[in-house]
Amino acid sequence: MAKAANQMRNRWDAFLAWMDYRLPVSEFWQKHMAGYYAPKNFNFWYFFGSLALLLLVNQIVTGIWLTMNYKPSAQEAFGSVEYIMRDVDWGWLLRYMHTTGASAFFIVIYMHMFRGLLYGSHRRPRELIWIFGMLIYVLLMAEAFMGYVLPWGQMSYWGAQVIISLFGAIPGVGEGLATWIRGDYVVADATINRFFAFHVVALPLALLVLVILHLSALHQVGSNNPDGVEIKDHKDGEGKPLDGVRFHPYYTVKDLFGVGMFMIPFAFIIFYWPTAGGLFLEPDNFNPANPLQTPAHIKPVWYFTPFYAILRAIPNKLGGVSALASAILLLFLVPWLDRSPVKSFRYRGPIQKIALALFVVAFIGLGYIGSQPANATMKMWAQILAVVYFAFFLLMPIYTKLDSHKPVPERVTDK
Amino acid sequence: MADNGVNRGRRRFLTLTTTAVGAVGVGFLAVPFIKSWNPSAQARAAGAPVEADVSKVAEGQALRVKWRGKPILVVHRTQRMLDTLPKLNDQLRDPKSEETTQQPSYCQNLQRSIKPEYFVFVNICTHLGCSPEYVPEPGAKPYNPDWLGGFFCPCHGSMYDLAARVFKGVPAPLNMVVPPYHYIDKNRILVGEDPKGA
Repeated sequence: MAKAANQMRNRWDAFLAWMDYRLPVSEFWQKHMAGYYAPKNFNFWYFFGSLALLLLVNQIVTGIWLTMNYKPSAQEAFGSVEYIMRDVDWGWLLRYMHTTGASAFFIVIYMHMFRGLLYGSHRRPRELIWIFGMLIYVLLMAEAFMGYVLPWGQMSYWGAQVIISLFGAIPGVGEGLATWIRGDYVVADATINRFFAFHVVALPLALLVLVILHLSALHQVGSNNPDGVEIKDHKDGEGKPLDGVRFHPYYTVKDLFGVGMFMIPFAFIIFYWPTAGGLFLEPDNFNPANPLQTPAHIKPVWYFTPFYAILRAIPNKLGGVSALASAILLLFLVPWLDRSPVKSFRYRGPIQKIALALFVVAFIGLGYIGSQPANATMKMWAQILAVVYFAFFLLMPIYTKLDSHKPVPERVTDK
Repeated sequence: MADNGVNRGRRRFLTLTTTAVGAVGVGFLAVPFIKSWNPSAQARAAGAPVEADVSKVAEGQALRVKWRGKPILVVHRTQRMLDTLPKLNDQLRDPKSEETTQQPSYCQNLQRSIKPEYFVFVNICTHLGCSPEYVPEPGAKPYNPDWLGGFFCPCHGSMYDLAARVFKGVPAPLNMVVPPYHYIDKNRILVGEDPKGA
């Protein structure tokens, strides 16, 4: 027995040596997994990066399978989705994995971004990680929007009409630009066909490149942690960070546990509650697109509603569209707006804690308002919360500087 | 490699000219990729005028027809509805329809139509392209306590009066568009074509 195992091991080593001579397999594994040191004090918030990667794989794999039966044309799209749901073996599961995966992706990404704000993961020297992350977020919004158009239901059609019309607000070139994007004077066959090309080829490729850049930049400087201290400042005799543990096996196992926990609600929704009460799949989208009739209450999927509420809060076309665009663009600037001498909120003062709490309230509140019909009360609240949203960013250079802060420990605090 | 005999000036010149010629080539190559996004010849051709019979529309009712993929509404306005039009001037952005792109010159009047009672327009909100609802009954509405009848956009709350003129203080910037149209005979209109001589 032992002899046979030994022989297997020797063969494996020989194979690896053959590979390593030609391709840096072991070097890569060492650099990014077994020899990559991450802070030992990661907590709950650090599950969401690996979960985002899992969902990216889920979307790509189920997406490829869906394209095998989906037909990207105004005539056939709605019918082909129903065909997938009713006639293709297991088609319903593949589609629900994809639709639930899209919403889960945004939940995970929002948690991941909040983690960054909470522990100062955007701060020097991790600005580029934040920028690449924001680019991923923006592309993900484009990807989700175009994907939502593909089933060609009522919400698909009118959602596309509204979002493409946003470009029409640009003075001078706007109308021509909107027509150029649609490929027709109204949202039509040309539109769904090109959105399909973007959704399944162009944007996923760009997303993969950005994920590689995001992770390369992360592994270059190393992860931040809940204390916001640099583990590379304290190394042992061999140059290993004293407060770091090897990513593999420690964090691969921790992340696998996170995957297990995540799978419970994820599977529950896929099997028992795929519409999530109209949040993940909207009732109006079960009607085929009708270019002559706007649904009585049009709203985007939940992950866009905060921005939609900001758009509606301003009773001016160009003003609303500019506010929507700046609400997203401001996030890119956070590494430079944040002037606090400390990274983590554990050591920041009360003003910043209140500011972050108000921002979360504003974001969720705007999300709720964006999902409701427009009326005067809602509009007033949208305006108040939009002011809070923008104040969080625009006043950040002032309040982060003024606020008190606690002394930051030399080493991470979790034993 | 030593620099022996290298003519640096010539090398720089060749690098720059090659880059410049290459950039021009890339520029030209980009044109077909960008232009292929324009509406195709088929889409450009699919804009034929459509006919509608206005006598089929009962008083106060509306008829929907499709022209160039867009919803066209033909509203048969009652005398009561026409009487609301002059009352709203100070609440509207463009009460006199002075934006010439929003209607043909022969419809630049109070009713924004050829025959006052039959109102023909493109039922697309000038904000972000939704199709506003026809809400003819007067009375308090959640969005307007003094509603006299008109069009309300469910998407972002824009309001228009019964001549599709936009209210102030709503996101839509312009009145809804009146398409070119004319009467072929007493009851039939042709949407998409100006009257002869206009």
